[in-house]
Amino acid sequence: MLKKRIIPSLLLKDSRMVKTIRFDQYRDTGHPITAARIYDAQRVDELVVLDIFASRENRGIFSDIVAHMSEECFMPLCVGGGIRTIEDIRMLLGRGADKVAINTAAVECDGLIRNASQAFGSSTIVVSIDVRRKENDRYEVFIRGGTEATGLDPVFWAKKAEKLGAGEIFLTSIDRDGTMSGLDIPLIHAVVAAVTIPVIASGGVGTLDDFRIGMEDGGASAVSAASIFHFTDQSPIKVRKYLVDRGVNVRA
Amino acid sequence: MIAVIDYGMGNLRSIAKALEYAGGEVAVTRDPEVMRKADRFVLPGVGAFGNGMDHLRSFGLIPALEEEILHKKKPFWGICLGMQLLAEKSEEFGEHRGLGWIPAEVKKFSFPGGANLKIPHVGWNTVTFVQEHPVTKGMKNVEYYFVHSYYVVPKEKSLVAGTCTYGVDFAACIARDNLFATQFHPEKSQEAGLKMLRNFCDWRPQITS
Repeated sequence: MLKKRIIPSLLLKDSRMVKTIRFDQYRDTGHPITAARIYDAQRVDELVVLDIFASRENRGIFSDIVAHMSEECFMPLCVGGGIRTIEDIRMLLGRGADKVAINTAAVECDGLIRNASQAFGSSTIVVSIDVRRKENDRYEVFIRGGTEATGLDPVFWAKKAEKLGAGEIFLTSIDRDGTMSGLDIPLIHAVVAAVTIPVIASGGVGTLDDFRIGMEDGGASAVSAASIFHFTDQSPIKVRKYLVDRGVNVRA
Repeated sequence: MIAVIDYGMGNLRSIAKALEYAGGEVAVTRDPEVMRKADRFVLPGVGAFGNGMDHLRSFGLIPALEEEILHKKKPFWGICLGMQLLAEKSEEFGEHRGLGWIPAEVKKFSFPGGANLKIPHVGWNTVTFVQEHPVTKGMKNVEYYFVHSYYVVPKEKSLVAGTCTYGVDFAACIARDNLFATQFHPEKSQEAGLKMLRNFCDWRPQITS
């Protein structure tokens, strides 16, 4: 049976690892290669590496870090940040990424997702969607590291991304990012129910039970987290044990 | 030396590093001269079937691969798309012909009854090995990492060396003579995958046909 995934995320800023709160207030959390090495030893299911300033600074991702990570980690690596062209994707896959997460350019560059999924296969193309809750309880998709509103509704955009050929959705609540106050379950549930591709839920995990809630109540195929691993004494090993003990379908 | 075929499709660095870690000497190549000297082959692959075949053709790789693998019977491992390309045809983005090295077709996962299963099949799933094989030696029911929307349907059951279930039972691993292939990614499956790669480096196929 297919297992639900536990996916630590690593955010890069100037080739250091950071953690944000609501996409702001950066805290240095160490060296990304060291972190990747530790996660690999802890048998995490996958790693997501996002260069969160690439789009804001109109540059490509730190591909050296990706290459270095892939030399040491024999697990799936999803890489995102600043990807705008088919050539960007080809370069990252060549340097050891297994999947790419595309956010800003998925909204702005017509045809990119369709062309990329035809060139590299849908299962390689992850569309990353950053979402803010608006005052009237509606949601809106933001791009460029959460700095630019798009007017898009996340459910509408996720369905469109699926139609264009995306193989997965990486869904992040900007409001919950770094707050450790729990995942935005209504948002996750709405997107999961709207698409037939897997959804990775992110933003807000603060307790071991948040993983279970995201997987069982939200219906997410995977839950991604960072703060809980950086700032508490919880580890992916403890998460896995907690979930296995409660009958959640994860790798033992 | 293990030739990892570079046809512009995929995670070449990952598989090369994993093979080296497993003890192999690796050349990532599309040079027929290097392929002649290689004693085993890996065809990796991330991407779409039609593109994969186009690239194999346009780089002129097929005659050399057929010479070394089909005629000289050097040990071969196809991974993910590299497994699917062995089939006769695929329905990914229109119908495409494959290498046709094994009697099989490639089909897309489809759950019309609303099995509530997401496509692609992404993540860790259990593989049951149904044949004894030197490459899978020591492996029982183990989880491996998959990421695919299409799967290989062999026309002969004896090709199936390992199965996995995702809505349907499908061939996660096929084997015949010097040909071995997995839908899952050994290079992304941590210790369970590295162990198979080590087995592959030592594999001396018995040719029966």
